[in-house]
Amino acid sequence: MGGDQEKSIIEKFLEENVLFLGPDQQIMEDHSVVKTTPREQRALDSFTDTDQINLVRHKLQTACNESFDMVEQMGAAPGAKWGDLISGVWTANGDLALASMGGVLIFSVLTQHPVKFILKYWKDDPTVGLKDGDIFMHNDARYGNIHNTDQSLVIPVFHEGELICFTGAIVHEGENGAIEPGGMPSAAESPFDEGLKMSPIKVGENYEFKRDILTFLQNSVREPKLQLEGMKSKFFAAMRMKARVEEAIAEYGVDAVVATMRKTLTDTEAEVRRRLSAWPDGKVRSNVFADGTLRENCLIRIRCELDKRGDELIIDFRGSSPEFLNRPNNTVLASLKGMLAQEFLSFVWPDLPRNQAVFAPMTVLTDRRSALHCSPDAPNAQSMMTFFPGFTAIQIAVPKYLYSSSHRATDIIAGWYNMIVTFLYGGINQYGELVGNVCADLNGMGGAARWNRDGEHSLAPIFAPMADIGEQELIEEEVPLIKIVPHRLMKDAEGFGKFRGGHGYQQIATMKDSSMWGFMCCSIGSKFPTTYGIFGGYAPGTLPLCKVKGVNVFEVMKDQRELLRFTIPEIMNERPFPNAKYSTHHMGLQLEFAQPGELYMITQGGGGGYGDVLERDPALVSKDYLDELISMRSVLNVYRVVLDEKTGAVDAAATEAARQAEREARKQRGKPYHEFVKTWETAEPPREPPFYGSWKDRTLLYRGTPEDTCPADAIRSVMMPNPKDLRIAQLEAELEAALAAK
Amino acid sequence: MSTPRVAITEYLEIDLNSERWHCRRCDHDIAPARSNYKEGLLVANRDPRDIHHPILDERYPFSYAPDPKWCRIIEFYCPGCGTLVENEYLPPGHPITHDIELDIDKLKERHAQAQGTANAAG
Repeated sequence: MGGDQEKSIIEKFLEENVLFLGPDQQIMEDHSVVKTTPREQRALDSFTDTDQINLVRHKLQTACNESFDMVEQMGAAPGAKWGDLISGVWTANGDLALASMGGVLIFSVLTQHPVKFILKYWKDDPTVGLKDGDIFMHNDARYGNIHNTDQSLVIPVFHEGELICFTGAIVHEGENGAIEPGGMPSAAESPFDEGLKMSPIKVGENYEFKRDILTFLQNSVREPKLQLEGMKSKFFAAMRMKARVEEAIAEYGVDAVVATMRKTLTDTEAEVRRRLSAWPDGKVRSNVFADGTLRENCLIRIRCELDKRGDELIIDFRGSSPEFLNRPNNTVLASLKGMLAQEFLSFVWPDLPRNQAVFAPMTVLTDRRSALHCSPDAPNAQSMMTFFPGFTAIQIAVPKYLYSSSHRATDIIAGWYNMIVTFLYGGINQYGELVGNVCADLNGMGGAARWNRDGEHSLAPIFAPMADIGEQELIEEEVPLIKIVPHRLMKDAEGFGKFRGGHGYQQIATMKDSSMWGFMCCSIGSKFPTTYGIFGGYAPGTLPLCKVKGVNVFEVMKDQRELLRFTIPEIMNERPFPNAKYSTHHMGLQLEFAQPGELYMITQGGGGGYGDVLERDPALVSKDYLDELISMRSVLNVYRVVLDEKTGAVDAAATEAARQAEREARKQRGKPYHEFVKTWETAEPPREPPFYGSWKDRTLLYRGTPEDTCPADAIRSVMMPNPKDLRIAQLEAELEAALAAK
Repeated sequence: MSTPRVAITEYLEIDLNSERWHCRRCDHDIAPARSNYKEGLLVANRDPRDIHHPILDERYPFSYAPDPKWCRIIEFYCPGCGTLVENEYLPPGHPITHDIELDIDKLKERHAQAQGTANAAG
């Protein structure tokens, strides 16, 4: 037997005996739209009336919006109720052709991966197959998702035996059986701590869920009833959309539907390329620094270089931090792309159709095994901790193209607040049921300043154009989580600027009427801001987690209402509850069981500022002061406005003099660039704080100390020590020293 | 005929004839357009607490103010008028970002095309 023949037999054997169908790299790393197929071309040739195509497109778009509303109204998960979902229609090739206008648009460029997996591996597999009535689900982000707390459901739509498209929805369901309740475990140290790991799987046939698989899934999570309810609501939405597709086929013909989906994708990509062409050519760079993993503080560099050439945009993140093998802040590349697409879908071209083609003209470059392109071995439940900073890196860079662009669909905007400052919870509720999920407060992120106006307060999350924050009274009906005072905006927490960012609100939470209840938080930005201003505008400040432990506020305030305080600074600085323990922390809190009446307090962040603070209209400064958005210190020391403390009346002459004095002071303290760099720049990162990522040379990555490095094209994953072990070692050393001194 | 200028940011524009960055507030000639505009500005290293003052007492390790050992604000001023043209939040010693590096030839080409279109339109 010849060598070639032998090789062929071995290759055939290996192909037929794949032991494990893990995430398919070819599917997961390709976000382009499948080329027009002969079937689609036939449809395009036979259905050419653009007005008719427009009608069909509107019908399908309305169907997407209708099914979105269905899931939002029927869903029991908090995420479903406040719009953390999309519903859509995928082509027979698996590309997302149209999606609901609202909801979490990150999904718009990463829901195609599981559908393409089904087409590649299950369609022709005799043990699985793809036929009318089948129901498929998935949640594992390594097969295409934001994180494992989101669950997708799709069904195929056939017409006279031909696969026409898929319909379905993907929803942030919350609880997923991970090491911590609520679905986003910051304590996860491996993918196996992250709970349910559904690769694309057939969960039903003949339009019915298979009871054995359903029971397995329910047994895998802490909220079995929620699991069923979430599956049903997504399924009914997919069925409604399927009915609408069938109506369109009946009214306009099957070629009309096929042609419309294809033309929508083709036209969207062409339009994005046309708009990119209006940007100036060249490179724009930014740097963002994540200040922790949620378990410990450290500096994680996100390095970004945009290179716009003609009608293409290259987004280069090479030189960013290595992956953390035992921390969940890593991002699957596809998840990063989803978040980057959000910049274009929400902030740059919100008038475009919501589909996968919006991102097709972009190329993303990353280092393999970096935190922005992690391996399947690394946990990713808190991928937001690196892909949100990745998003911000392009959000603060894009204005440098847009400002001189001959076409703009939106205003020039600074960095939106970018962290999910909210409480996750888990425990026994007041009805004796085990629950775990997340509060919708994360949707109250402060808006960024624009070139012509201030940012709005607590407006919307960066990942959705519209989402609700929920009603506290309704939340209290379901879970024993109490907010002791209404949300109030945080003073001085804006990004200062000619136009300021919007503020975020304070959340002061406690619990009562539960035998077991724990809180978690999952945000970074306690030492280093996470979002930034542009064109001289400042970032918003940093944000701590504050706790008051060892007190039951319901008990002590029963007869002493005068102890009540309405803001976090009042509680923390005045310390009204005697004998209680007051403390501050970074915002990565792993599940911590609380006693009734103990306080956990966090602050939603503000948006970045736009332009020089000395150009801010003094009348706007006065208004913000009277509205208690800023302190007199900020009025005087940041905005350099002189005004009457009681009436807010501006002294125009004194203000102009103060501002001129500050301009002169700047010229005095500022050094010429090259002189400054000589004393500022260091050859390598400092020992403290621990630094991860490249410093001067993007091909050399630091792994926490100046001595520990690896090449960017051969990354060694980082293993972090357990913070508790470090604390124990520190305490033991102190004890040893104390004993030795005796 | 006026010198063609293209506004690139709120405070910076490029003179296409001289290929120079200029301040849009005082017209200060900053730097060659093919180089880093920051090289023509004044630079200061600010303690972040100068801007983001601590809201909580000093006894707390986290106070709503960035940690000055982790984060500095690098400010870039126009030498002519003192305008805060740009800033960066960086770890101590981190190289400054060359944030805008446009293709000047393409920019001039684009402007010439736009002028041609405008002239043709009358």
